[in-house]
Amino acid sequence: MTDDTIICRCEDITLGELREMIEQGFTTLDEIKRVSRLGMGPCRGNTCLELAAREIARMTGKSMEEIKMTTNRPPISGLKLKELAEVKSDD
Amino acid sequence: MIKKSADVVIIGGGVVGSSIAFNLAKNGCNDVVILEKNFLASGSSGRCAAGIRQQWGTEMNCKLAKGSMEIFENINEILEVERNIDLKQGGYLLLAFSDEELEQFRKNIKLQHKFDIPSRELSFKEAKEIVPYINLDGVEGAAFCPTDGHANPFYVTQAYAEAAEKLGVEINTFTKALDIDLENGKIVGVKTDKGYIKTDTVVNAAGGYAKDIAKMLGLDIPAKAERHEILVTEPVNQIQGPMVMSFSYNIYCQQTPDGSFLMGYGPDNPPESHATNSSWSFLGKMARKTTNLLPLLGNLRVVRQWAGSYTMTPDSQPIIDESKEVEGFYMAVGFSGHGFMISPMTGKIIAEMITGKELSIDLKLELERFDKGNLILEPSVV
Repeated sequence: MTDDTIICRCEDITLGELREMIEQGFTTLDEIKRVSRLGMGPCRGNTCLELAAREIARMTGKSMEEIKMTTNRPPISGLKLKELAEVKSDD
Repeated sequence: MIKKSADVVIIGGGVVGSSIAFNLAKNGCNDVVILEKNFLASGSSGRCAAGIRQQWGTEMNCKLAKGSMEIFENINEILEVERNIDLKQGGYLLLAFSDEELEQFRKNIKLQHKFDIPSRELSFKEAKEIVPYINLDGVEGAAFCPTDGHANPFYVTQAYAEAAEKLGVEINTFTKALDIDLENGKIVGVKTDKGYIKTDTVVNAAGGYAKDIAKMLGLDIPAKAERHEILVTEPVNQIQGPMVMSFSYNIYCQQTPDGSFLMGYGPDNPPESHATNSSWSFLGKMARKTTNLLPLLGNLRVVRQWAGSYTMTPDSQPIIDESKEVEGFYMAVGFSGHGFMISPMTGKIIAEMITGKELSIDLKLELERFDKGNLILEPSVV
């Protein structure tokens, strides 16, 4: 992997850009997600969050267990609003 | 290690706390520490709907919102940092579903014009031209302000924080304020989980936790945190200029510059709570509201839902003042769901109060108004 390697495919973020953010002091996934949109795209961070966590661990000398994952939020896969409108719920 | 003493300690690293810190430093007071228990904008700031609205129904909200939009428009020059804040001025299209609501819009527009807010009433035809796929069944009228819009709250918070740090402010993330010490009724210091800071001035900018911070000084402030939910869709080409909003139908829905749509509605009588979990019922109800009012958006896939705190006061206006009971305790709290959009002016005003400068706007948002009982209620809140 080089600095040009795309880490987050939804938001077009490269490994180089990720490394720059970590160097600037954004050393949690929550912060990186919010300053760059990494992991916020339609795939919901399925690939990039794990890769970014590994890079944070490597650069900060922490173990993977110490890197906090972001909050898992519903829905698990992208449903259309018109499909969700059919879901019965207590209004 | 964090500073052992400071002129001002700000509790809360959201957009309000960051704006206050920058404005203090700009006024020559840079011996300032921000305490943020999590990361910057991790609370209400980063969970909000990112809207910026100037169409308000009270004088105070109008003044704060208009002044803030002027700052958003010139933020790079004012902060002297190069940061994109994703500013989009596609307007806010407000929909009235009754004659009474439309009458309120007309009153509000008159008030807004006093403060040079360029809002106006729209015909159905004009509303359709702006959002062609809108369903106007049951709609009685509409108001529009073309300079309202959107900015990214994370980017704005970062911009303020970066500008403040450049001027010497110390920002401590993952640092929790545990207690505020008083001696003879005066503030002497703040206890944190990373050490003790001597200070005689504390700013409460703790968003949903403002009440808890005030309690450290024995003060009971009417700033009720409640959970509000929101969702974001996949990004698509730009199709919707304005935020579409209705208070009675209870919805807001805007397309962000990256193409995704943010939307939410206010819950019915939510309990006081710091909860930020997601509910299944929100998703269904939100989808029904949206597909009825904006049918085309039914084709969008939901990427994620989340929640954050609205911190409500009895009149839906914030408390921006020094405490009359504890000298040196300043409050920038109770933003009632519109703290992000008025954060630039809030920071400016609090900094002017602390440094003894003349206030840029004549502001009366003191805590004591709730005891007097003659409240001017903000009528326009979701």
